Amino acid sequence: MPERRAFGVHAILIAASLVMVTPFVWQVITSLKTLTSATAAPPTILPEGRWDNYAKVFDLLPFGDQFLNTALMAGGRVAGQLLFCSMAAYAFARLRFPGRNVLFGVFLSVMMVPPQLFVIPQYQIMSSLGWLNSLQAIIVPGLFSAFGVFLLRQFFLGLPRELEEAARLDGAGPVRIYWSIMLPLARPGLVALAVLTLLWAWNDLFWPLIVNTDPDKMTLSAGLAALQGQYQTDYPVLMAGSVLASLPVIAVFVFLQRQFIQGIAHTGTKG
Amino acid sequence: MTTPLTGTAESRPAAAAHQARRRRPRSEILWGYAFIAPTGLGLVIFYLWPVLQTAYFSFTEWGAFGGHTWTGLENYTRLLSDPEVGQAVLNTVLYTALGLLGIPLAIVFAALMNRPRLRGVGLYRTAFFLPVVTMPVAVAMLWRWLYNGDYGLVNQVLAVVGIDGPNWIADPATAMYALVVVGIWSSVGYNLIIFLAGMQGIPKELYEAASMDGAGPVRQFFRITLPMLSPTAFFVSIVSVIGSLQLFDLVFVMTGSGQAARANPAYSRLQTVVQLFYERAFVTDDRGYAAAIVIALLVLIAALTFVQFRLQRRWVHYA
Repeated sequence: MPERRAFGVHAILIAASLVMVTPFVWQVITSLKTLTSATAAPPTILPEGRWDNYAKVFDLLPFGDQFLNTALMAGGRVAGQLLFCSMAAYAFARLRFPGRNVLFGVFLSVMMVPPQLFVIPQYQIMSSLGWLNSLQAIIVPGLFSAFGVFLLRQFFLGLPRELEEAARLDGAGPVRIYWSIMLPLARPGLVALAVLTLLWAWNDLFWPLIVNTDPDKMTLSAGLAALQGQYQTDYPVLMAGSVLASLPVIAVFVFLQRQFIQGIAHTGTKG
Repeated sequence: MTTPLTGTAESRPAAAAHQARRRRPRSEILWGYAFIAPTGLGLVIFYLWPVLQTAYFSFTEWGAFGGHTWTGLENYTRLLSDPEVGQAVLNTVLYTALGLLGIPLAIVFAALMNRPRLRGVGLYRTAFFLPVVTMPVAVAMLWRWLYNGDYGLVNQVLAVVGIDGPNWIADPATAMYALVVVGIWSSVGYNLIIFLAGMQGIPKELYEAASMDGAGPVRQFFRITLPMLSPTAFFVSIVSVIGSLQLFDLVFVMTGSGQAARANPAYSRLQTVVQLFYERAFVTDDRGYAAAIVIALLVLIAALTFVQFRLQRRWVHYA
């Protein structure tokens, strides 16, 4: 009887997985067709090897620049958050100073506010610094994250204290304890924060869309949205562009699947 | 773990370690502030102060050259009688409510995957997670193509069984439902991971005891899994409601914005609050009014979160 039941479970899960995956398969198939055969009825299943759709994406968009902008934005935000969030998280988890709990509450309050409330004044800051259409504009506000502090603080609180106590008795100060004891121990938490920040930064649309409007300075999300505005109906090219833009994060996910999933699971246990 | 520090910790009496914890140098206080300073300053400059500024802007009107004048409650009275705002709120709340259907779906799939020694579970999880890691702009473009009235895969498949499908996202009757399907499709994997983690935390003994009492898997699901999982489900519903109320990317790409978007007959049925905010703030540069819209969004989010907390004791089971 368990055999038959397992068969039913697999049947349901395979059907559901097909629903999840088929759109992507169709996306790739379409990206390799001519417009004429993409709009043929009944549709043809086989891809046709029209790689020139991919080349066309590079003609229509400064795709190389946008790829680089997106990579630098994501890389910059990840590096900044790993350093700044882990510092603050360590202080909130282990150091004692007056006002610690109140300040932590203030940090947390930022997490509760929908990001649209920050956007108009942030835009004005960028504009008054002359940072519109620059890398700084898409990186700097993303260096600071209340969520990252919260996630890593939870992680630090779960680490054993013995190593630090020993180091303190040996005369190590907070900086050395943070750098050579806490950070190495917290590696799984840091990886979780890194993959989540990478995912969110790479896919971010709203903020890059409003601050960087020169095609050369756009990120892939915004560039792709602009491409669709101009070439509404050239679906093979649009599909080729969307494959290219989303592939890097999908590739990272395939390699770091376990860390992605642990990161998500971590965010779920904060409640 | 093999650093020499471990050895010293164990060789010293616990009392000494305790004393060391109590007698900390004063410099620790300074280091505490120093460590939180970078994020603290960043949050104040880019997040906390902007919230107050946005609140202030909501009482102002913006001129053509960026100056603004105090107009009191004018933006708010205008907001209350603006049919576009009313429709956007209605659309957003409908999307949010229908999107909650994704939660039971995620629970069911998580329960199916949570069977011990199920083969291929890694592949299933990857399939469900693929839409979660894909750029929302790409997801929206992809579904715009799948939903295309003439050539889209959805209608091609329906044609096989003799159904003449509508132009999904351009038909006011279907547009919102089509959008909700995409929203659920792209978030179910995320919720599934959280539910799987929640299920790992349910004590195995409960299931063993239920099995001994002769309860089958379906009964175990309703009597053990669901109640034990309800705190996780509560968390997921809070997070999804907050996220859905801020929907932007999907609609922005599916409909576009400005004049081109208004050519879509279903546009007014799809426009969300954040999309309206985007247009007022960055297309028509009516930033005072945009600020009022986004403050209204904050109130809406707070109200719906409050309602969920009030309802929680009706269905959330805390062990």
